[in-house]
Amino acid sequence: MPYLLRKGVLFVVTLWAAITLNFILPRLMPGSPEDAALGKLASAGVPITNAERHAVEIQLGVPHTNVFTQYWDYLKNIVQFKFGHSYSFPSETVAHTIGKALPWTLVLVGATTVFAFVVGTLLGVFAGWRRGKAADTTVTLGATFFAAFPPFWLGLLLLYFLAYKNGWFPIKGGYAEGATPNWSPSFLADAFKHSVLPALTLAVTTLSGWVFGMRNNMINTLGEDYVTFAEANGLRTRTVALLYAARNALLPNVTAFGLSLGAVVGGSVLVEGVFSYPGLGNLLYIAVTNHDFPLMQALFLVITVSMLVAIFVVDLLYARLDPRVRRA
Amino acid sequence: MTIITAVPPPEAPGALADVPIRPSRVPGPLLFVGRAVRTLWSNSKARIGIVLLGVIALIAIFAPLIAPHSPTATTFTPYLNPTGQNWFGTTGNGQDVFSQMVYGARVSLLVGLAAGILATVVAVTIGLIAGYRPGVIDEVLSFVTNLTLVIPGIPLMIILAAYIQSRSIWTIVLVVAFTSWATGARVIRSQATTLRTREFVTSAVFSGERLFRIVFREILPNMTSLVAASFFSAATAAVMAEASLEFLGLGSPDTVSWGTILYAAQQQNALLTGQWLLILAPGLAIALLATSFTLINFGVDALSNPRLREK
Repeated sequence: MPYLLRKGVLFVVTLWAAITLNFILPRLMPGSPEDAALGKLASAGVPITNAERHAVEIQLGVPHTNVFTQYWDYLKNIVQFKFGHSYSFPSETVAHTIGKALPWTLVLVGATTVFAFVVGTLLGVFAGWRRGKAADTTVTLGATFFAAFPPFWLGLLLLYFLAYKNGWFPIKGGYAEGATPNWSPSFLADAFKHSVLPALTLAVTTLSGWVFGMRNNMINTLGEDYVTFAEANGLRTRTVALLYAARNALLPNVTAFGLSLGAVVGGSVLVEGVFSYPGLGNLLYIAVTNHDFPLMQALFLVITVSMLVAIFVVDLLYARLDPRVRRA
Repeated sequence: MTIITAVPPPEAPGALADVPIRPSRVPGPLLFVGRAVRTLWSNSKARIGIVLLGVIALIAIFAPLIAPHSPTATTFTPYLNPTGQNWFGTTGNGQDVFSQMVYGARVSLLVGLAAGILATVVAVTIGLIAGYRPGVIDEVLSFVTNLTLVIPGIPLMIILAAYIQSRSIWTIVLVVAFTSWATGARVIRSQATTLRTREFVTSAVFSGERLFRIVFREILPNMTSLVAASFFSAATAAVMAEASLEFLGLGSPDTVSWGTILYAAQQQNALLTGQWLLILAPGLAIALLATSFTLINFGVDALSNPRLREK
């Protein structure tokens, strides 16, 4: 199938470009992690000798080979999930740290995206159908305002009012402190309770993309002849709105999945940080505050690759939904 | 708002012969901006946005007159709750939070506008070139655009800001512009692709116009609403991104902005000490500024898509 082949090639090339970008970025930047680390040591009163510099370089894995050898080693390490050691969690490998955090983020981001998609799309259908009426204005203005909330800020407020003041939800973490993650119902219930506030924060702040996308599609679809024809046929309003207009307006919204996912993933970085949720975002938060470059780089890679995979899957699904795409 | 119309200068009778006829004495761009603002104003959502943005801009411009105290002076008792003198309380360093909020409008507005302009310039340049030059150039530029689109923006911004050691608001402007031009570029490219084959462009090509003139004087004016839309989206993204980066402590430590107020409040556990206004106020201000940009964008969308216009 040419469509799938084209998407597949694009996916591989994009993946390669993202991986290479992750290799180039730190090398393009002025200054270097080892200088930053030495600077921190120096300001702490440690005399910087050659031996000290060498030790830091070895610790940071600063290579003394040429750039092509470095690139080859970098690719080899990625395939083997060898990301070295971070300063924040020195006792385990970066791959291990990330592996523990990944499922939490996948569940949080996945559930939030599906929730925001369903609620946002329904609100968009509603606003588009009642366009120009008070209901439309309320939904649009509300969604605009909520979308303008910095996600971490909304998280802080929810944390304060619903967890700290009222005690309805736990204050931090992804599960009760001291518990070991397992599949028992009590643990799952506890994990769910911990995920409500971060998920709510992310869903509310990313809802608007779906609302506006769907509202605009609805308005465009409602102008089509077949909708006018359906109305002229005397079909019930609800039938026209949902089965004629919304059904066709939904299709372009699916392609927005990839971009919306980016917003949720981006928002999750700071929101997880605020809630100390044990996912990738919280790790990135920790890595940034500790200037932990090895962890940062590996996280950026994992986040980017996960997103590329998700977008690729959506592209494949889209081909199932819209036969025109496959033939084009 | 004053409406600028082209009134021909009064001529002495008989002088017409040696006076070259000028079609209009009003500078074109000014007339254009006037018309655009008038059309935006007719959209009720955009009107709310313009008023909101205007109020924030006035606060930013007249900050020294509005703020009762210096935003940086550490002259007050630390950790004060709101009092008659310090309306929003004081920080852990004894600074007046209300004055910081007033001055913070300057930084947020500046970062939003500067990053918005920079991102739009990049988007227009890349979008126009890619759209007007099909083939290898288009393929390469489109690939770079799509790559930038699918790489998650906030993590990339965080990584960039963490690597760049210098801390100033211009670092943030650059980082934000670097990560938020792609959406605009893609839209502008597809519009340029359709305009390229129109008759007026073909006739400009055959009349021997230079490439620069064709692209910027013939094609660009036909996508003003797209350019404006990408500016306002980039500006919204910039305001949010600035707050996020500063909240992570990646901002400039000696600027007073809404983001740094949030950062300081979080560092001092303002929520746990009951100083929730230190969190509420700056976040709400950021939300209002971002809302104003988005609302104006509704009007811009309606300019380009008649179906979205209010009846």
